[in-house]
Amino acid sequence: MFIEQFVNALATGIMLGAIYAAIALGLALTFGILHIPNIAHPVFVVAGAYAVAVANGYGWDPLLSGLIAGVPFYLAGIFFYEFYARAFERGGRADTMQALTLFFGVSLVLETVLLLKFGTDLQTVEVEYVGQRLPIGILMLPYRLLVPAAVAPLLIATFWAYLKYTYTGIALRAVAHDDRALHVSGINPTRIKRHAFGLAAALAVIAGAILIITGPVDPFSGRYQLGRAFAIVVLAGMGAIPGTLAAAIIRGVAESLVSAFLNPSWAPGVAFAVLLATLAIKPQGLFGAKQ
Amino acid sequence: MNITRRRFSRIAVAATAGIVSPAIWASERAQAAPIRIGTSVSLTGPLAGSKNALIGYQLWRDDINAAGGLLGRQVEIVAYDDQSSPASVPSLYSKLTDIDKVDVLISPFGSALSAPIMPFVKQRDLFMIGMFALAGNDVVRHNKYFHSGPWGPNSQFNWTRGFFDLAKHAGCKRIAILAADVEGPKIAASGGRTIAQEYGMNVVYDQGYPPTINDFSSILRNIRAAEPDAVFVSSYPSDSVAFVRGLSEIGVGDTVKLLGGAMIGLQYASLLTNLGAALNGIVNAHVCVPEPTIKTDKIADFLARYEPIARSQGLDPLGHYAPPFAYVAGQMIAAAIGGAGSLRHEEMANYLHSNAIDTMMGKVRFNEIGDWTERRVLMIQFRDIKGKDAQQFRQPGKQVVLDPPVLATAELAQPFNKARSS
Repeated sequence: MFIEQFVNALATGIMLGAIYAAIALGLALTFGILHIPNIAHPVFVVAGAYAVAVANGYGWDPLLSGLIAGVPFYLAGIFFYEFYARAFERGGRADTMQALTLFFGVSLVLETVLLLKFGTDLQTVEVEYVGQRLPIGILMLPYRLLVPAAVAPLLIATFWAYLKYTYTGIALRAVAHDDRALHVSGINPTRIKRHAFGLAAALAVIAGAILIITGPVDPFSGRYQLGRAFAIVVLAGMGAIPGTLAAAIIRGVAESLVSAFLNPSWAPGVAFAVLLATLAIKPQGLFGAKQ
Repeated sequence: MNITRRRFSRIAVAATAGIVSPAIWASERAQAAPIRIGTSVSLTGPLAGSKNALIGYQLWRDDINAAGGLLGRQVEIVAYDDQSSPASVPSLYSKLTDIDKVDVLISPFGSALSAPIMPFVKQRDLFMIGMFALAGNDVVRHNKYFHSGPWGPNSQFNWTRGFFDLAKHAGCKRIAILAADVEGPKIAASGGRTIAQEYGMNVVYDQGYPPTINDFSSILRNIRAAEPDAVFVSSYPSDSVAFVRGLSEIGVGDTVKLLGGAMIGLQYASLLTNLGAALNGIVNAHVCVPEPTIKTDKIADFLARYEPIARSQGLDPLGHYAPPFAYVAGQMIAAAIGGAGSLRHEEMANYLHSNAIDTMMGKVRFNEIGDWTERRVLMIQFRDIKGKDAQQFRQPGKQVVLDPPVLATAELAQPFNKARSS
C-alpha cells in the first residue's frame, strides 16, 4: 500500500510539475531572462485557455488550437510590449514599481474583459481522454495529467533549443546582460524585447491549453497560478530555462508527497518552504549563474 | 417701534412656516422616493458565479413594482461589486448605510463575505436579510437578521444533517470527511464531524485541502485505504470538478455506500453538462430541483423568466441554486415592510419573528436568530445522467430527492460504485 501510494504520488508530482513548468515558461522568459516582472502572465495563460475553449467548441483539439492561437497571441504580446516600452521604458530602463503597477492593471483589465465576454461559469474542454487513465502495474496515470505533462517537456526543449541555437534566441539571452553592447552590434534591443514578449504570449496560450485540459478555468484562475509561477522561476534561477522544468517538478513532487503522506493543506506551504530553503543555500537558485 | 399683537402673531406664523416647511417638503419627497434595498454582489472575483442572485433580486423588484410597490413606493436595488473580497465588504455596507441611506440591507453572498459585516449590523441594530451564509448569525445572534437560505436551525450542523441521516439509515459506521480550506466548507465539515459523533460513527479520514489543488489522486487513494462506508466532501466549484474527475480516474473503493455531501458547483449547468454521467451516484446538497415534490408553477415561471436574462449575461442558465432564494429574500422584505406597515427595523423584525410568511419556496417561519424553523436543504442523488445535454437537468428523475423524507422522491441507490455505473 505504501509503495503504491508513494509511486503514484511521485508520478502525479512529476506530471503536475511538468504542467506547472509549462505555465511558468513564459514568465521565465520575461522575468527570468529580461527581468521584467510581468505579473499579468498568468492571466494571459487563462486568456489562452479561453481561446482554446472557444476553438474546442468548434471541435478543435485543445493542444492543436493552442499552437495555432500562438500566432495572434504573439502579435498581442508584441503590442503589449510596445505599449510598455513607450509608456515606461525611458533610456532603456523602467521603474520596477511602475512596471508592476502596469502589469497588475493589465491583469485586472484582462480578467474583467474575460468576465464580460464569457461570464462567470467555469470553462472546460471536451476531450475524449479526460476522465480516463492509463494503468501500468500499480501506476494509475490520469490522461488529463499525462497528455499535458508529455507536451510540456517538448515545449520547453523546443524553446530552449531556439534560445541556444538560433540568432534571435542568442540575442534574446544577450539583451538581458548588456543591451548597449547589443546595440553596438547592430541589433535593436527594443525589437528583441518586443519579440520576447510576443514569444511569452504565444507560450502562454499553449500553457492555457495545458491548463484547461487539467481542469476548468474561470477568469480569475490566474490568481492561483501567480505565486506558483514566480516561485518556480526563482527556484530554477533567473534565466535557467531547462531549470524551470526541474524546479517545477521538485515543487510538484513536494506538493504531491505532502498531500499523500502528511496533510494536503500543508502542500503549498511546504512547496514554498523548499524554495526558501534553496534560496538560503543557493541565492541564485538551483541552476542560476552566480553574480 | 410698537408691535401689535396681530403683527406679532403674523410674524410668528411666518417664522414657524419657514422653519417647518423644509421638513414637510423632505417628508413628502421621502414619501415619493423609492424604497432602497442595498446589497453587494460579487460581480467580479472568484465568487462571481454567485452574481446570478442579482437577477433574482431584480425579478422580485420588477414584480413588486408592477404590483404597486411597497407602502405606495417603488422599490430600487442598490448593488455594489464586492469583488469577492471580504475586505471590501465593510466599507461597501458603511457606504450603503451612511451615504446611500438605503432602507433595508441584504447581505453579500455566502459565509466568507457576510461574516465581516455582522458586527456592524449588530452594532447599528440594522435589519438585514442573510444570503446563503452558513451559520451566519450563530455567533453575533442579531435579532434583526433573517436568513433566506433554507438551512434551518443550527445550520452549522444541520445543513448537511440530511447526508448523515442517509448514512445512518444505510448502516454506515466509517466516515471520511474532506473539506476545502475555506470558510463555508470548513463550517460544513465541522458540523459533519459533530453529527457523525452524535450518530456514533467513526471518522476514519478527516483532511482539508488547499483551494489551489489540481488533482485529488493522492487524497482519493488515502480515502480508499481508510475503507469508509460514507465519504462526505465539502468543496467549491473547481475542486468539485477535480474531485469528480478523480473518482472516474482513481475510484474510491467498493466499501463506499454513500458519497458527496456539500459539493458546491454541482448545481450549475456548466459543470453538470461537462461532468455528465460521471455525476451518477453522487449524493449532494441542493435547494431547488425539478422534482414533483419541489417544483411549483411559481418556481417554473420564475425560472422561465430567469433563463433568458442569465443567458444574455453569460450566467448559469439553470438558476436552481441562489436565484430562487434571492427572490425569496425580496419576498421576506416585502412581508416585513407590509406586515409592519413601516420601514422601522424593530417593527419589521417583530413581524417576521411573529408570523409565517408565504414565499415562492413555501411557507417559512423564523427562530430567534432568523433561521428557518424547518430544515429544507435537499439531499439529492444524481441518477441516469447521460451525455452532456443540459435539458435533462430540467427534467424530474435525474436529481432525485432523498432527504428530507417529506420531500423524498426516491430511496438511496447504493453501494456507490453500483449506483455510479447503473
